[in-house]
Amino acid sequence: MKPFAFSRPADVDQAVRDVAAEPNAVFLAGGTNLVDHLKLGIARPDLVVDVRTLTSGEVTDLADGGLRLGAGSTNSEVAADRRVRERYPVLASALLAGATGQLRNMATTAGNPLQRTRCVYFTDVTTPCNKREPGSGCSAVGGYTRYHAVLGVPAALPDPAAPETCIASHPSDMAVALAALDAQVQVLGPTGVRTIPFGELHRLPGDDPSRDTVLEHGELITAIDLPPAPAGSRSAYRKVRDRASYAFALVSVAAVLSLSEGVVADVRLAFGGVAHKPWRATRAEELLIGRELTEDAVRAAMAAELATAQPQPGIDGGNGFKIPLLTRTVVATLRDLTETIR
Amino acid sequence: MDAEITLRVDGVEHRLTVDTRTSLLDALRERLGNTSPKKGCDHGQCGACTVLLEGRRSLSCLALAVAYDGAEVTTADGLAPAGELHPVQQAFLDQDAFQCGYCTPGQICSAVGVLDEVERGWPSHATEDLTGDVELSHAEVAERMSGNLCRCAAYANIVPAVQQAGGVTPR
Repeated sequence: MKPFAFSRPADVDQAVRDVAAEPNAVFLAGGTNLVDHLKLGIARPDLVVDVRTLTSGEVTDLADGGLRLGAGSTNSEVAADRRVRERYPVLASALLAGATGQLRNMATTAGNPLQRTRCVYFTDVTTPCNKREPGSGCSAVGGYTRYHAVLGVPAALPDPAAPETCIASHPSDMAVALAALDAQVQVLGPTGVRTIPFGELHRLPGDDPSRDTVLEHGELITAIDLPPAPAGSRSAYRKVRDRASYAFALVSVAAVLSLSEGVVADVRLAFGGVAHKPWRATRAEELLIGRELTEDAVRAAMAAELATAQPQPGIDGGNGFKIPLLTRTVVATLRDLTETIR
Repeated sequence: MDAEITLRVDGVEHRLTVDTRTSLLDALRERLGNTSPKKGCDHGQCGACTVLLEGRRSLSCLALAVAYDGAEVTTADGLAPAGELHPVQQAFLDQDAFQCGYCTPGQICSAVGVLDEVERGWPSHATEDLTGDVELSHAEVAERMSGNLCRCAAYANIVPAVQQAGGVTPR
């Protein structure tokens, strides 16, 4: 592991100044992803600034009826919080579907959405990877693509040598629920505070796959706010994986649904395991709102949502299976939420 | 780069100077001679290094020692300070819940954490009603202990051991 200086400043303002002043500095919170990356040589900082105990570890009520998750609250504390379990079951379920008890005791609210892809080529420093080494190429194209994206990828087979190519998926379960809940991300940076709608936090690869989010160097998430759950809504998270426990999603679905006499009054759908970012299914949502909730209507909405989905070929048969699997998982998730789906 | 830290391990305070790169696991094993937590994968995947960190089961391989300056650490060794076995340790013996024993200290610390989490009413992925009571069923124990791998596959006896320690008749 490359040597690094370590500091724990007195407060978050100093932490932000310290990271902003050193181009090769990183924030450390729970460390479950970063410390592994230090060992693997994926992260090679000169300065590690520990903010684990500097941000709030509390879940607090907001005046509008929502909840504020302090950046330093652990995944296990948030999943166990009675207000989260009662009002945001999609979030509690997503957290509990991720990682293990030990990891959830360490991982934090701000750190979880910022965890990096589990693409095996990103993790293997001996292979080219545009996310890890910008411009080096993408080893995943035509390789082991079982955990890779089918949405937000080019219509044609990507060029593995091109500097913008990346077909990695985002691994977080929590982030999928936060996308469906329209969470708001509170950020402190060198020039002040700003609020980022959760759906705008993560990026598609664009022309720079090395950047997972829109956060600038030195910007620190201080809290994630949950708006009040829509009146009369129910929510659920469903994850499909290769093992019954402790595995990343092949596909996952977060759904928040409000029905009025069998008709969809409001629906929010977000998908995990299928894109470079938590995928908010706005096209499917538009098509379902105002419609009677039938399996045919859900399948038609998903056909529209997945019109641009692009299966990635691969050494294990590729990941085309995700496209029908995702539609079936959406149907099952909405069925979990209502008896009226036919 | 070095840093001076204090760790309170199994009730005893230690001051030591560590390289900032030192994991809590390496500090315990290599610096303090406490070989109870084991290095399995060293990447947070196997659970052999599980300790109780400020009372919560945690992976000592993914914790930088310098980030836990002043922390209270309990290893499986420290669960039996007076030589009297902890109920979880006794249950592992009673149920024959290990073969080679390498993963066992991590399994035991994890099980102590599981029982505390169940006591607090924390749900798991296996809990059907997120707001209801938690029963220490086979499915609950299997899900909650899924972060502790056993290459001897003693799982069939680990689950009953955790149930016994939790006051539930193993089945």
